[in-house]
Amino acid sequence: MTQADASPSPAPAPIQVEDVTLGYGQNIIVEHLSFSVTPGEIVVIAGGSGCGKSTVLMAVIGLLPPRQGRILVHGVDLARAGEKELARVRRSFGVLFQSGALLGSMTLAENVALPLADAAHLDRRTLDLLVRLKLALVDLDGFQDYLPAEMSGGMNKRAALARALALDPSILFFDEPSAGLDPVTSAELDRLILRLNQAQGTTMLIVTHELDSIYAIAHRVVLLDKAAKGIIAVGDPHRLRDDSRDPRVQEFFHRRPRD
Amino acid sequence: MLHRRHRDGYQISLQGPPGGAQTLRLSGRLNLQAMGHLLAQFKRVLEPTPPASLTVELSGVQYLDSGGALALNLLSEQAAQRQVPLKLEGLGPQGQQMLALVRPDRLAPPMPPPTPRPGNFIENLGVGALRLLDDLVEVVAFVGSLARALALVARRPSVLRWRDVELYMERVGVDGLPIVALISFLLGLIMAFMSAIQLKHFGANIYVADLVAVAMVRELGPIMTAVLVAGRSGSAFAAEIGTMVVNQEVDALKVMGFDITVFLAMPKIVAALLMVPLLILFSDLLAIVGGMIIGVTYLDLTVYSYVQHTLGALSVGAITSGALKGVVFAFLIGGIGCQRGLAVAGGAEGVGRATTSAVVAGMFLIVVADSIFAIVQYYL
Ligand SMILES: Nc1ncnc2c1ncn2[C@@H]1O[C@H](COP(=O)(O)OP(=O)(O)OP(=O)(O)O)[C@@H](O)[C@H]1O
Ligand SMILES: [Mg+2]
Repeated sequence: MTQADASPSPAPAPIQVEDVTLGYGQNIIVEHLSFSVTPGEIVVIAGGSGCGKSTVLMAVIGLLPPRQGRILVHGVDLARAGEKELARVRRSFGVLFQSGALLGSMTLAENVALPLADAAHLDRRTLDLLVRLKLALVDLDGFQDYLPAEMSGGMNKRAALARALALDPSILFFDEPSAGLDPVTSAELDRLILRLNQAQGTTMLIVTHELDSIYAIAHRVVLLDKAAKGIIAVGDPHRLRDDSRDPRVQEFFHRRPRD
Repeated sequence: MLHRRHRDGYQISLQGPPGGAQTLRLSGRLNLQAMGHLLAQFKRVLEPTPPASLTVELSGVQYLDSGGALALNLLSEQAAQRQVPLKLEGLGPQGQQMLALVRPDRLAPPMPPPTPRPGNFIENLGVGALRLLDDLVEVVAFVGSLARALALVARRPSVLRWRDVELYMERVGVDGLPIVALISFLLGLIMAFMSAIQLKHFGANIYVADLVAVAMVRELGPIMTAVLVAGRSGSAFAAEIGTMVVNQEVDALKVMGFDITVFLAMPKIVAALLMVPLLILFSDLLAIVGGMIIGVTYLDLTVYSYVQHTLGALSVGAITSGALKGVVFAFLIGGIGCQRGLAVAGGAEGVGRATTSAVVAGMFLIVVADSIFAIVQYYL
């Protein structure tokens, strides 16, 4: 057994962000941002509220074109890719949005089956089974006939995760996966993330500011800062906590507000 | 004997005597795309003559995703059902983890959802009838809270958010004026033209002026304007409030102690009450101008005589009663728009339904109210 999509030549970084500037209208949110994620790596984007974490994630999945610089996902510049190429790359990744973004008019099963039905040519029963197994991954087996409006916020979030996992993506993007979950469920989610990472070598880019999660799952943290409009530290979370001299990094890891 | 390559990149081969100890060798990529094909192949291994035992050799597998893993688990399950001993060999620890992630035997039974789903015709009829009843009760309750809110605003006008009233006056009145004016103008043109063809036979050209003025001021002006406002603004009220319900903004307002009717519905309704009569006056005027253009160009009437006849045909009473109708229509359109919005349940789809229903119910109420006006006027 080898990892997902291992190729003989040294695999290129699935995500490369090169000197990117992002903003909305007049506002520049981050400037000259560069980092990359290697195959099978779990990278967490962290930082205070409003520092641009979701913005960076939106840019990496190709929904917000950069003002400057370029972003490569599997070697493809999403801002300049053609329709076909864009669709191909997008099929290889799963996204969990901050709000969940399940389709409200469909049951959980239909939501999860949405990406599956197109990709795999399966009979109804097998498809149904596969969908229920995806829901079981996030502890929602049994709820397949519920509508999103009939479930709690955390349940919706987990169902959205099941949908993101539907196609066994080689890259997973999460925006605040544990927001709205209790500590136990949140820890279970961290375990699931690690299991997926080990079983399939899934590359993951995760936005979160839950310190416990960061220590549990992150191979590397990219720490953003609002005032700096960019990265203030990159590295192993334990190392950063213990070794960094930067007061802003210390504040983040020790939950100390600035006076 | 089985020996295949699938286009998605896996190889399968079967060795050993039929009905004896067989070895199934799989290699390449066992993924979601290949899963359907894979399941069909597995079926042919176990049927019609199942092997005495089956060894599945997987050391050549390069990639296994949940689809491939599920196919393997299903194979194990089916073999167990047929009492065929089965061994999976050559799978690394990663593959084992993948198999553990998709175990069909661990699934919980389905739970019945809390709200009923569409059933057969009779069931749907019953559910529909009950919903209609609920709707009716809600509308009555809303009318009650509107009346209370109106009384409150009349006593203390400062509770109303007048800046919102201004905003909605602009949306309903100013923004609505161009389309109301255009349609009324064309309507006057058409009415004058159609009647002119008939009236010309009798040399009664000049009565075109009377016809257009009376028909427009008494009936068509108020109705046309109301229908346009229902389509433009009633729907917008429902969509706006409905979206706020879906986003829990309405809940937030309630918890902060706001009276939803006063805060959200009243500004829209008051704005409509003020603007619809004005729109009706514009509509009347533009239709008369439209009629006049036909009269002057096609029937050789003078502007002076056309205006004289129009003024003769109209009374202050007729004009005010037309505008008064507008007040009632505005109340119905605004009220039903807001009520539909507040009654939204379930996400975006609910908002869409509320919008449609606001327009349809609005037009229905307009026509009903207009019929009542007609009867009342007949007896007065
Ligand atoms: N659609 C938008 N239009 C304009 N500005 C936006 C938009 N979305 C975000 N912003 C601005 O960009 C900045 C960063 O927002 P972003 O959502 O990326 O923050 P975040 O780090 O994800 O915060 P949080 O942890 O609270 O989710 C904020 O200052 C916000 O005002
Ligand atoms: Mg965010």
